[in-house]
Amino acid sequence: MIDWLRSLGRDGIAVFEKIGRGNLFLLRTLAGLPEVLGRPRLLLAQLYSVGVLSLLIILVSGLFVGMVLGLQGYNTLVQFKAEESLGVVVSLSLVRELGPVVTALLFAGRAGSALTAEIGLMKATEQLSGMEMMAVDPIHRVVAPRFLAGVLSMPLLAAIFSAVGVYGGWFVGVGLLGVDDGAYWSQMQAKVDLYDDIWNGVIKSMVFGLVVTWIAVFEGYDAVPTSEGVGRATTRTVVHGALAVLGLDFILTALMFGD
Amino acid sequence: MQRTPIREPGTTDMDAAQPNTETGDDILVRIRDMHFSRGERRIFDGVDLDIRRGKVTAIMGPSGTGKTTLLRLIGGQLAPDRGSVRVDGLEVPRLGRAELYRLRRRMGMLFQSGALLTDLNVFDNVAFPLREHTDLPEAMIRDLVLIKLQAVGLRGARDLSPAELSGGMARRVAMARAIALDPMMIMYDEPFTGQDPISMGALVTLIRRLNDALGLTSIIVSHDVQETASISDHVYVISEGRVVAGGTPDEIERSDSAWVQQFMRGLPDGPVPFHYPAPDYRQDLLDGAQEPRP
Ligand SMILES: Nc1ncnc2c1ncn2[C@@H]1O[C@H](COP(=O)(O)OP(=O)(O)OP(=O)(O)O)[C@@H](O)[C@H]1O
Ligand SMILES: [Mg+2]
Repeated sequence: MIDWLRSLGRDGIAVFEKIGRGNLFLLRTLAGLPEVLGRPRLLLAQLYSVGVLSLLIILVSGLFVGMVLGLQGYNTLVQFKAEESLGVVVSLSLVRELGPVVTALLFAGRAGSALTAEIGLMKATEQLSGMEMMAVDPIHRVVAPRFLAGVLSMPLLAAIFSAVGVYGGWFVGVGLLGVDDGAYWSQMQAKVDLYDDIWNGVIKSMVFGLVVTWIAVFEGYDAVPTSEGVGRATTRTVVHGALAVLGLDFILTALMFGD
Repeated sequence: MQRTPIREPGTTDMDAAQPNTETGDDILVRIRDMHFSRGERRIFDGVDLDIRRGKVTAIMGPSGTGKTTLLRLIGGQLAPDRGSVRVDGLEVPRLGRAELYRLRRRMGMLFQSGALLTDLNVFDNVAFPLREHTDLPEAMIRDLVLIKLQAVGLRGARDLSPAELSGGMARRVAMARAIALDPMMIMYDEPFTGQDPISMGALVTLIRRLNDALGLTSIIVSHDVQETASISDHVYVISEGRVVAGGTPDEIERSDSAWVQQFMRGLPDGPVPFHYPAPDYRQDLLDGAQEPRP
C-alpha cells in the first residue's frame, strides 16, 4: 500500500516535471524562431518534408471523407426532401470539424511520428550532443525549423483537406446521386459564413498544428536515447497527439459554437 | 546567434599554443577537487588534473570510470557537484550560455560514435561549423573543407554520406570537422576502438601530427594503452573516481603502483576491480533461489 502510494507520487511528480520541461522547451523553441526566419533554406527543407510529403495522404483522405459525407448526408436529407442542402452539410461538417480534426490526426501519424523519430534518433546517435559541442544550439538549429514548418503546414493541409472533401461530396451527391449542381454550390455559398465557420475552423487547425508539432518535437528531444526509447517516444507522439486534438476540439467547439 | 568571422588561418594556429596572459601559465585545463555523481553512483571523488597547452595528454582508465564524463565536464555539458573546472582561465560550470558557446567554438570534440550528422554528406559535415559560425563565401568554405579533409586523407570521400563510411573513416571525418574552426583544443573520446591496425596506426600519427602542425592541445581518452602512450606527452590514469597516477609515459610505465601496473599490463583483475559494484556474489545467487519464481 505504501509502495503503491510512493510510486503514485513518483509518477505524479514525473508527469509534472515533464510538463515543466515541455514548457521550457517550447519557450526555447520560440526563442529560436527569429533565427529560422533568417535562414529560409532550413525552413523550406522542413516545409517540404513535413508539409509536402503529407500532402498525398491528406488529398486521398479528404476525398474519401467528402464522398462518405456526400453519401450519408444525401441519405438523411432525402428523407426530408432537403437534398438541395447537401452542399451545406458537407462543407460545414468539413470546415468546422472534420477538416481540422482528421487532418490533425493524420498529421500526428504521418509527420509527427517522423519528427519524433528523426529527432530522437539524432539524440541517440549523439548528433545533438555533437552540435552542442560545436556551439550550435540544437533547439535553434534542429527543432525550431521543424516546429515552424509543422505550425505553418497544418492549417494549409486542413484547408486542402476541406476543399478536396467538398469536391468529393459534390462528386457523390451531384455526380452519382443527382443533386442539383447549382443548388449544391449556391446553398453552400449562402450558408457558410466566413467568420463563424471558416475562420473558426482555421483557428482550430492552427491550434492543433501547434500542439501536435510541439508534442512531436518535444517527445523526440526528450526521448530516452536508445532504440527502444525512440520507439516509445514515437508511439507517445501519436497517442498523446491524437488525444490532445480530440480534447482540444471539444473545448474549442464549446467556446466557438457553444452559444 | 552571433556570427564572428573565422580567424585567419596560419596566424592564429600558433596563438592557441601561447600561454594565456590572463592566467600567465601554460595550463589550459585545470581541474581541482572535482566531485561528480550520477544519482547514487559517485563517479568523481576529488579529481585534480592539469592539461598543458600544446601537448598531447592521455587520460586512461578502465571502462566505466567516467572518462567520457570527464570530457563532458570539460566541455560544459555536465556540471560538477563540487570543485573547479577551468578552461583557458574560465570557470566552465559558471559560464552563461553565450559564454559557454563562445568557449566551445574554440574546442573540438570527437565523440565515441563520431556523431556525424546523418542527413549531410561528408563535405557538408565538415562545412557545418564553418557555415554555422562564419559568414565566409562558399568558395572559401570549399577550400577550407578540402584542406581539412586532405589533412585526414579523405578529400576523395567528400561526396559520401556518413552511412557509406567505415567506422575509421567516420572518425577521421569527425576529426576534420573538429578542426574546421581552428580550435585551441581537441578532445578525442576513444579514437582507436574498433580500428584495424592500419587505420589505428594512421589515426595515431594523425592525432600527433595535427597537434603539432596546428599548435593544438589534445586530450585523448582511451584504453588502448600502448598506442596512446606512444604519442602522449603526459598520461593520467584514473580509477574509482580519482587520478591514481600521472606523468610521462615512461614514468607511468615504471610506476610501482599496483593499480597502474595492472592497467598498463592489462591484467584482468587486481586493485582495479573487473566487476561493477555489486552485492556479494554468493549471497546474490542464494537470494535468487529463495525468491518465488516470477
Ligand atoms: N546518462 C547516464 N545516466 C546515468 N549514468 C550514467 C550515464 N552515462 C554514464 N553513466 C555512468 O557513469 C559512469 C561513467 O560513464 P562513462 O561513459 O564516463 O565511462 P567511460 O570511462 O567513458 O567508459 P568507456 O571506457 O566504456 O567509454 C558509468 O559507470 C555509467 O554507469
Ligand atoms: Mg566512454
